[in-house]
Amino acid sequence: MNRIDQKFKDGKTLLSIYFSAGHPALEDTVTILKSLQHTGVDMVEIGLPFSDPLADGPTIQESSTKALKNGMTTKKLFSQLEGVRQTISIPLILMGYFNPILQFGVEQFCSYCQKVGIDGLIIPDLPVDVYHEKYQSIFEQYGLYNMFLITPQTSEERIRFIDSVSKGFIYMVSSASVTGAKNSIGASQTSYFKRIANMQLQTPTVVGFGISNATTFSAATQYSRGAIIGSAFIQLLEEKGVEGIPDFIQSIRS
Amino acid sequence: MNYNVDDKGYYGDFGGAYIPEMLYPNVEELRTQYLTITSQEDFKKEFDSLLKEYVGRPTPLYFANRLSEKYNTKIYLKREDLCHTGAHKVNNTIGQILLAKRLGKKRIIAETGAGQHGVATATVCALMGIECVVYMGALDIKRQAPNVARMKMLGAEVRAAQSGSKTLKDATNEAIRDWINNPVDTHYIIGSVVGPHPYPDMVARFQSVISAETKIQLEEKEGRDYPDYVIACVGGGSNAAGLFYHYLNDTRVNIIAVEAAGKGIDSGESAATSALGKEGIIHGSKTLLMQTEDGQITEPYSISAGLDYPGVGPMHAHLFRSKRAEFISIPDQEAMDWGLTLSQMEGIIPAIETAHAFAVLDVRRFKPNDIIVFNCSGRGDKDLATYIEYFKL
Repeated sequence: MNRIDQKFKDGKTLLSIYFSAGHPALEDTVTILKSLQHTGVDMVEIGLPFSDPLADGPTIQESSTKALKNGMTTKKLFSQLEGVRQTISIPLILMGYFNPILQFGVEQFCSYCQKVGIDGLIIPDLPVDVYHEKYQSIFEQYGLYNMFLITPQTSEERIRFIDSVSKGFIYMVSSASVTGAKNSIGASQTSYFKRIANMQLQTPTVVGFGISNATTFSAATQYSRGAIIGSAFIQLLEEKGVEGIPDFIQSIRS
Repeated sequence: MNYNVDDKGYYGDFGGAYIPEMLYPNVEELRTQYLTITSQEDFKKEFDSLLKEYVGRPTPLYFANRLSEKYNTKIYLKREDLCHTGAHKVNNTIGQILLAKRLGKKRIIAETGAGQHGVATATVCALMGIECVVYMGALDIKRQAPNVARMKMLGAEVRAAQSGSKTLKDATNEAIRDWINNPVDTHYIIGSVVGPHPYPDMVARFQSVISAETKIQLEEKEGRDYPDYVIACVGGGSNAAGLFYHYLNDTRVNIIAVEAAGKGIDSGESAATSALGKEGIIHGSKTLLMQTEDGQITEPYSISAGLDYPGVGPMHAHLFRSKRAEFISIPDQEAMDWGLTLSQMEGIIPAIETAHAFAVLDVRRFKPNDIIVFNCSGRGDKDLATYIEYFKL
């Protein structure tokens, strides 16, 4: 069974963390993963840095730029992740834009993912239609789940379609924004989460964008199976480094 | 072979809409509506009337006497530099603002490189009384000060893009982020034949007035409605798309696209996408783009801000790969020299972008009876500071 499915079977509310591979330091990737697993994080999105991250706000743009300056590449990331499954058992997802994956070769990329033990991918600029038509069979051949985003503007019909081709979970973007733009969960978001919950989708939903602390985490997970923290975690790494991880994670769970 | 867009939004291998889900509703709305709206009688009437009364179309197809004599061939200039606001860009912004109005949008965003598209957008927003925000690379804001001032006078807000190379590519990223953050009431007026489908086709259609007029004017002057060559500069490629449009499937017409070689193709400071680019995805479109082996988009360079783009519109990528068009790249120095040559031989000071196209006369031989149409896409007022510094005027 895919580790993502296994995680959802456990039934608890999932805390997932996103960080840019290669930031703050090039070789921090595995150290961060170990610390996250040790402090009880359920799932991790490892960001594959890109020069032009369209859907990201300043925090993730900056961490991506720094990671690239530090020398991070797709090849480098795969070499860092070699053997990671000897110590890390939580689900690992690679999240990145499509162009670097296309240059690496989609099939070769998938085969490397399988080899190092990646469970799934999130590729914001690979639309569900193109995936379904061109790439789904390759991803599935290598046992990889591909997670899609929905937003408050996504039509019900399209959500049903996304649900029908999704595995793992659906990434529910909390509001119409780039990452790191908003820091609160208000009434309109809550009613959107409720609306989606009432659709009784077959795929579990996880909320991302705008989750930064215990308050927003608990508001986001009231009607979903979990939530993802990205920009706030990267800010923490900027300010306190890897040593700051345990306190931060504890503050979210409290 | 067909060189127009297919029903899925592709030109051969290129095009499509590789966009995050956050942009899907807006792009889908455009995709399903643009052909319907733009083919309505009231739309066409308003568009044509504004192009005539406001922009000053048709622009002349001018026979360049002295140039023709010097190069012993027949050279025509399609005078897009005489359009209101000083370049072809306004053809597209008029079209898109009328479309945005019919879609009920209340706010306009745009990206700009040289500032010509920003000015053309700010102009039509003033004309229609609609709020306007223009994203411009911080570096371009410095080198195109007169256009920044124009946009401000026209009531637009100019926001500096501080990320990456601080030029056109980054301004485009920022505009896309703005659209993600404002998904309901905002229309994004892209200035070139780039971006996700339907933008490349929509912008090409609005610019196609250039070749539609050229056909009529050539018929009058030469007794045939097609030339032997059409030649235009390509950054993203909107003026070229406009001049090529009605000749795409007419193989009697040779197409030459001129890119900016910057300091030389192998110098590491260039914007010659066809020579240096590989297939990839930029700003929602699969096309040729300059990138590292790892798929990171590289920072282009050209002395002209309007050609300083690491990609090229998907139509042009297809014209290149299918060999329908010949691509030539021209370095800074030759383009600058042509800025001076055109000024002193024809009394026309061109934009530096436009000057690149004319340099083809020095690298290709034409026959005395060949009819060549250059797109004189923009005027050089905005580039005076660069010309002054370069030639110590």
